[in-house]
Amino acid sequence: MDPFGRHPSCFRSTRVVSRIALTATSILLLTACNRGILDPVGPVGQAEKTILINSTAIMLAIIIPTMIATVAIAWWFRRGNKKATYRPDWEYSGAIEMVVWGIPLLTIMLLGGIAWIGSHDLEPSKPLASANPPLRVEVVSLDWKWLFIYPDQGIATVNQLVVPEKTPVSYRLTSATVWNVFFVPQFGTMIYTMPRMTTQLHLQADRPGVYDGLSAHFSGDGFPGMEFKAQVLPTDQFATWAQGSRGQGGALDAASYAELTKPTSYVKPMTYGTVSPGLFDAIVADRVDQLHLPIPQAAPSVEKASATPSGG
Amino acid sequence: MLGKLSWDAIPFHDPIPLITSLVVILAVLGIGIWVWRKGYWPALYHGYITSTDHKKIGIMYIVLALLMLVRGFADAIMMRLQQSLAIGASQGYLPPEHYNQIFSAHGTIMIFFVAMPFVIGFMNFVVPLQLGVRDVAFPTMNNVSFWLTASGALLINLSLFIGEFARTGWLAYPPLSELEFSPGVGVDYYLVALQISGVGTVLTAVNFVTTILKTRAPGMSYLRMPVFCWTSLAANLIILAAFPVLTVTLALLMLDRYMGFHFFTNDGGGNSMLYMNLIWVWGHPEVYILVLPAFGIYSEVAATFSGKPLFGYRSMVFATMVICIVSLMVWLHHFFTMGAGANINAIFGIASMIIGIPTGVKIYNWLFTMYGGRVRFTVPMYYLIGFMLTFVGGGLTGVLLAIPPVDFVVHNSLFLVAHFHHVIIGGVVFALMAGYTYWFPKAFGFTLDERLGKMIFWCWFIGFHLAFMPLYVLGLWGGTRRMQHISDPSWAPWLNVALLGAVIIGVGIVLTVVQLLYSIKTREQRLDVTGDPWDGRTLEWLTLSPPPHYNFAVLPDVHGEEAYWIRKQTAIKQDALIDEPDYQPIEMPIDTPTGVICAFFASLCGFAVIWHIWWLAILGLVGAFAVFVWYAWQDEHEHIIPVEEVRANARERRRIRMEHLHSLSQST
Amino acid sequence: MSTEVATIGLTHGASEDTGLGHRGPESKSIVVPYGFWLFVLSDMVLFSALFATYATLTNATDGGPTSNQLFDRNLVAIETLALLISSFTCGLAMIAAKRKNMAWTQIWLLVTGLLGAVFLFIELYEFATMVGEGAGPQRSAFLSAFFTLVGCHGAHVTAGLLWIGTMMAQLWAKGFREHIMRRLLCLSVFWHALDIIWVAIFTIVYLIGTLP
Repeated sequence: MDPFGRHPSCFRSTRVVSRIALTATSILLLTACNRGILDPVGPVGQAEKTILINSTAIMLAIIIPTMIATVAIAWWFRRGNKKATYRPDWEYSGAIEMVVWGIPLLTIMLLGGIAWIGSHDLEPSKPLASANPPLRVEVVSLDWKWLFIYPDQGIATVNQLVVPEKTPVSYRLTSATVWNVFFVPQFGTMIYTMPRMTTQLHLQADRPGVYDGLSAHFSGDGFPGMEFKAQVLPTDQFATWAQGSRGQGGALDAASYAELTKPTSYVKPMTYGTVSPGLFDAIVADRVDQLHLPIPQAAPSVEKASATPSGG
Repeated sequence: MLGKLSWDAIPFHDPIPLITSLVVILAVLGIGIWVWRKGYWPALYHGYITSTDHKKIGIMYIVLALLMLVRGFADAIMMRLQQSLAIGASQGYLPPEHYNQIFSAHGTIMIFFVAMPFVIGFMNFVVPLQLGVRDVAFPTMNNVSFWLTASGALLINLSLFIGEFARTGWLAYPPLSELEFSPGVGVDYYLVALQISGVGTVLTAVNFVTTILKTRAPGMSYLRMPVFCWTSLAANLIILAAFPVLTVTLALLMLDRYMGFHFFTNDGGGNSMLYMNLIWVWGHPEVYILVLPAFGIYSEVAATFSGKPLFGYRSMVFATMVICIVSLMVWLHHFFTMGAGANINAIFGIASMIIGIPTGVKIYNWLFTMYGGRVRFTVPMYYLIGFMLTFVGGGLTGVLLAIPPVDFVVHNSLFLVAHFHHVIIGGVVFALMAGYTYWFPKAFGFTLDERLGKMIFWCWFIGFHLAFMPLYVLGLWGGTRRMQHISDPSWAPWLNVALLGAVIIGVGIVLTVVQLLYSIKTREQRLDVTGDPWDGRTLEWLTLSPPPHYNFAVLPDVHGEEAYWIRKQTAIKQDALIDEPDYQPIEMPIDTPTGVICAFFASLCGFAVIWHIWWLAILGLVGAFAVFVWYAWQDEHEHIIPVEEVRANARERRRIRMEHLHSLSQST
Repeated sequence: MSTEVATIGLTHGASEDTGLGHRGPESKSIVVPYGFWLFVLSDMVLFSALFATYATLTNATDGGPTSNQLFDRNLVAIETLALLISSFTCGLAMIAAKRKNMAWTQIWLLVTGLLGAVFLFIELYEFATMVGEGAGPQRSAFLSAFFTLVGCHGAHVTAGLLWIGTMMAQLWAKGFREHIMRRLLCLSVFWHALDIIWVAIFTIVYLIGTLP
């Protein structure tokens, strides 16, 4: 009946196996850490990583003893154990009930506090505090690539996000077709891009380098090819890049935008040296074909185009 | 004449669906011929297909669930294989249009046609027995519910042979699922199949809430009901509150697709965020519809195999009802990243965490049920302990996902995929396997092979951890879900471990079939003659295995929380059974083909709607109404089991019980 | 919906009272309406989802006509009156049925059905007018939501009419048997529930929608 007691030899072999497994796991875990969201390069990602690790630690402090107790109690009170006292009618203890309701309750109160404070501190639409003025970037998800418009620089890129280091970036996001999620794991917070609506996101990257970006919401057949590179440049280099791109490459107007919206995937990065002003709002309003006309600000589709109270 | 249907719908050029179709068709034909040749057809027709017996319907639900498990698992292993192959330069063996159908079908089938029928199957089989009554409140409707569920399953699987399935994920988010972006019939298959099976599910809930609240054995007050009945009640109340919302959501999407409405479209003022809200108003409670009955199974298993009453029964009931209510108020945590604002995110995040409190209480109560017990390490107990060890981890990651700022970086990621498999496999599937082993002897009169059962457990336990722990890691790397191709070659080792895990689970599923066949073959060695093979505590163990159609010759009088245990202890103490009661004839519902005919017309109508064959759709509706009226016109819905038969059966049972009682008193 | 059930487990022997006031399964005359009530409740949830949808989309007119421009309060008032009176006559039919008065039961059921048909006719007329004016459900999300909410109620009324017809035929053929009486009770519950939902529609859609 009792599977553990009958084979004492299996203890020895499991010990060896577990030691090998342990070594293997620790090697894997060492290589596994320091990537993606565990290696944030900006304050938002850093704060989120801290909350992730703190919350995990708080819960592990409860869960590991519970797991040990599960195995220990089940094993000690096995039917064959003559030393264990059998109490066939013991089914209630007010003190224990207090504790078993109390422990989860206190844990959740603590974590709930973390969630409340964290939600407010890290609200995506909240601007970041910084001495540097924010850079504005408008993000459009297309089938199946990303368009980044720099309204102040008058340039646009496809599948290549370039931002200056230590500078808050204020993103306005929308989608030209279906839903996607804009996500650069090492920057932090991801957010939905939704057609006819805008969302807002504020991120900052402090370490120069090239980071992977992706769509984190399935959007159709070309979805896995919606990857892009996010490049963080020192501030002066960013200025040089923006200057150099100005006027270079094609112009992004209604015609070239129509060309760009054709479904393609795994698109190589490219740059547009000029961008028709108001393109982003025209995409949100689905009026790109009338881009040369002024966009009516009170158009009903723009009016409701706000996913966040402060968006749109 | 045939709407959108043409020969192009048959996948002549795709070997995978074509060969699968042929194999399935041949298998169905083969089984049909075998049944016919062996002369089992009448028994199958009268004993199961048209049966209004809750036990037979429960068994049919579970058979459906196991069949669909094989289908859903085939999808799973194909996905794992594709992700292991399609890394870097390689595109793997599945193009996006196939891969996307497979993950959509996997989710849809596993939730709607594996987990749901499995859970509902147990409710069907167990609840009336535990309540000490003879059937559910509405036996005919019960049969109709089953066949409507089966009809949905049929349509989903038909999409493999004729046309295509949705390529939009298991919740078919618009605008991707709108006609503009998904012009094929795939989404229509999804919508129609779920609508039909959804009707069946709502009827089931009506049936079980009525059964539990209005038909219980004499003396069984609310606080004497077994915990499985309580959790079933909670699950069915959630179904009543949540499934109508699913019906509406899918209906609105159908109106968009079929009639050009603008609920969720990009143009015309449509609002796709509304779909997201509506579908999760159903979708999150759905999780608890599955997991609450699972908790009920664990409670039964824990008490029985610890040889002790469940610790903190009232606390357990309270925790169940808290979960039942709070589960309906947390849906927004599925889209914290939509930009709803800090207050809304925080409130829904905390509400989600609150569910962790009663769930944690349950874990501790099972722990203290074992404390002071005599724990027998049977297969169901393996699953219980395996669950307790696994589920706390799934709970941990669940609470993490409920913290909005953490969700901001792991939303929709492989971390999420790992989390929900963690709780659904570790929580629901383990319970279903435990329940399958636990109640199998009650259904068929012999136990399942223990050794193979433990091997199956280890396959699930090890396989699950290998398959999903790597996905946590990849999720922390920023890996997202539903990727037909992976660019980063450094993912390969983790994906290969995950594939290995899936293969081990696959071995477990194969062993389940082996165990069943082997146990049937060697059943003489493990016959359950007493009807109480596990030294049980609830009323289902009072009657014989398998129970007679009417379950109990006389409805048992209930005198305490563990109705059967008390009765058994009294009998052992007095070395005598209670006095023979005055037997009476029993009125039982007759078999009826209503359900299967209803489902036939529903399938016909559904298929017609999918392919825009309008005359056939109208024919289906008229047919369904005609069946309904025809049934309503019948006068005889019951037959009487004569008192002689009842008495003879009951005396046989008493004789067996007496023998068992003597053997017990001799051994102690 | 099927309200027809078989008897189950009601013939247990005389059981002792265990002192908890629970004496075993309830009789069918309790169980069947109880189950039907649950079904009606789930139907109410269904409508609440449609109400939520309507409330969300009520301003999403996409430049098309608004509720103020479309709805005709007078027409809706007649419609509402017809349905409210039909609820009353449905009650009269139930009273007549309780007294086993076949003629009056049939008459009141017929009147109920006719009033339901009047309601439905006005609704269809309203729909047809709107579609004719280019304000069909395809025009905007608001109109999609309007047609679906009101149309879903209309579909329920249609089902109710079918049921009334079937019930009248059954009553005629089989008389006041126990199971026929149970079905009549369920029918009246259904019909009154439709009335309650209509009151909500009348208030939320038509009254609030035509506020200046």
